[in-house]
Amino acid sequence: MEAFGLLMHGFAVLLTWKTLVLMMVGLVLGVFVGVLPGLGGPNGVAILLPLTFTMDPTSAIVMLSCIYWGALFGGAITSILFNIPGEAWSVATTFDGYPMAQQGRAAEALTAAFTSSFIGSLVAVLLITFLAPMISSFALKFGPPEFFAVYLLTFCSFVGLGREAKHKTVISMSLGLLLAGVGMDTVSGQLRMTFGSTDLLRGINFLVAVIGLFGISEILLTMEERLALRGHAAGISLRVVLSVWRDLPKYWVTLFRSSFIGCWLGITPGGAIAASFMGYNLAKRFSKDPDGFGKGRIEGVFAPETAAHASGTAALLPMLALGIPGSGTAAILLGGLMVWGLNPGPLLFVEHKDFVWGLIASMYLGNVVGLVLVLTTVPIFASILRVPFAAVAPMIVVSCAIGAYAIQNAMFDIWLMLGFGVVGYVFKKIGIPLAPFTLALVLGNRAEDAFRLSMIGSGGDMKVFWSNGLVGSITTLAIVLLFWPILDKAFGSVSRLMKTAKSPA
Amino acid sequence: MSNTDIEIVVDDPTAPEVNSPVVTSVRIVDVVVSLLLLALALTLGWDNWRTGAAWDSTGPQAGYFPFYLSVILGGASLYGLVTAFLSRKEAAETFVTRAQLRRVLAVFVPTLLFCLAMQFLGLYVASFLLISTFMRVVGKIALWKSLLTAFVFTAVMFVTFDIAFDVIMPKGPLEAALGR
Repeated sequence: MEAFGLLMHGFAVLLTWKTLVLMMVGLVLGVFVGVLPGLGGPNGVAILLPLTFTMDPTSAIVMLSCIYWGALFGGAITSILFNIPGEAWSVATTFDGYPMAQQGRAAEALTAAFTSSFIGSLVAVLLITFLAPMISSFALKFGPPEFFAVYLLTFCSFVGLGREAKHKTVISMSLGLLLAGVGMDTVSGQLRMTFGSTDLLRGINFLVAVIGLFGISEILLTMEERLALRGHAAGISLRVVLSVWRDLPKYWVTLFRSSFIGCWLGITPGGAIAASFMGYNLAKRFSKDPDGFGKGRIEGVFAPETAAHASGTAALLPMLALGIPGSGTAAILLGGLMVWGLNPGPLLFVEHKDFVWGLIASMYLGNVVGLVLVLTTVPIFASILRVPFAAVAPMIVVSCAIGAYAIQNAMFDIWLMLGFGVVGYVFKKIGIPLAPFTLALVLGNRAEDAFRLSMIGSGGDMKVFWSNGLVGSITTLAIVLLFWPILDKAFGSVSRLMKTAKSPA
Repeated sequence: MSNTDIEIVVDDPTAPEVNSPVVTSVRIVDVVVSLLLLALALTLGWDNWRTGAAWDSTGPQAGYFPFYLSVILGGASLYGLVTAFLSRKEAAETFVTRAQLRRVLAVFVPTLLFCLAMQFLGLYVASFLLISTFMRVVGKIALWKSLLTAFVFTAVMFVTFDIAFDVIMPKGPLEAALGR
């Protein structure tokens, strides 16, 4: 029950007017970004991150995480009203959400989406509240080899479990790790990969790269599309909300299943996209009336939204407890933590209790406030889409530039941002995933330090990664995951052989 | 399905045409990117080798970790190069059509000019110019609306960052004339 007491303390930290106002501002900005075509959680957080540089860490993280919740909520609005998924993880929401809007049940669909988002996040936050302190106190016993093994596990699971072509994930990850190493070497103080440039001496700043990759490149990608749209407007009345809520208990199996899938995929770097599709497909498979799906069934909205939000929220668990982000957005938040001089990882729970529990409390509060906010203001947000993209695009460019410059007051960073914008655009179009790159860039230095410290400790013996049960099983698991696709195929063909061997007899 | 309840309609006057000629295929871009990455891997690998990628008495040298990463990057891009050459699927996929490229450049070129102008005019003046011109030219939005939006946005940014939060941005002659 220690967690409960600390959580209450966290609420006490939060309940000031200033924080509540920041929370509202964050949510509004987040929904705004989520509603805009093409822009989603990671983009919003990346673009708006510089706004928070001048705040104290607690207010800053509260605002940033609220931007994130807001973006998660916002994605549902466009999916349902316009059949345009604001985010990849809202795609599954359009299957049943848009048909509902066409049948004039937009309000019902929106309420269902927001409520299930809320439930999904709540389950994940509960998980964080009780699991994160346990994991982090366990991780306090970790030495460099254990940490390196955990980093390795993260990287390997991206390669092994990701849906992109394996070599493209490897390219993205090794490039990120390499760029993280540019500049001064932290252990020996030697310069490397700077090629005599004084600008590269500082290294490649993570946030500059992220602003380019997620801000500028997204604008370029969005401009390729035809940006005209037609959609339904909707206001939500209290009566609709109550009637949807009354029916909620009927769908508890769907909600529970989706929350579980979401939490699981969020902690492992599977991501919200996979979770939303899996939630939808499972709901359809177990339904008594699978043919009704895709024609406007409310379960078809509940299932993917709950899973997407549970996963988006659960991605913050490994970030808080181990310092390893479970998603691209979590990686950007992690980069933010470092800017404020907080070192993410298990020590955070010991050294910055206020901060951690403030953040966890803000997850509860942010979701409650967010739910009320979106339910009451949907018509306003839907009309944001009336603002032509030609007006929004240059404003985002300016925000990106301000952000990139503000980090180190360097003009070089602006050019770097522009360069990463082009890189991000090309990478996305040829299917090189950006999430592993982001993760590698933010974790690169720490992974290297952990590796070198364990090597120094063991005198250069690789066996250190199998020196005890814990580190050995993590390392082995990492390698198994890396070769998972091959192993999976091998198992598949073996079992098929067994079957064909049996069947003729 | 009736359209009577469609209430929000937004037009896109300069949208790219659907049947515009293809500029390049995914395969070509994939090959070019793989080659560039390979070159990068070679350069970085060489630089790290020079820094020292071996072991000394204290453990791995500064270039050790990045050197092997360059090897991995090089290997993966080589693999990518080969698969891209052999892929029939990618050859058929469009990377970008001419109309799309025109639109992308319509954002990219102004952004580039904005970054250049920022060094001489300061960020705030440059962003006013960027927003107003972009809205007018690309979005075909009325001149007064474009100017007003640009002015309000820039002013809000100036007040937020320069006055309220003291975040230093590149400044130019206008700010100097105003004494900021």
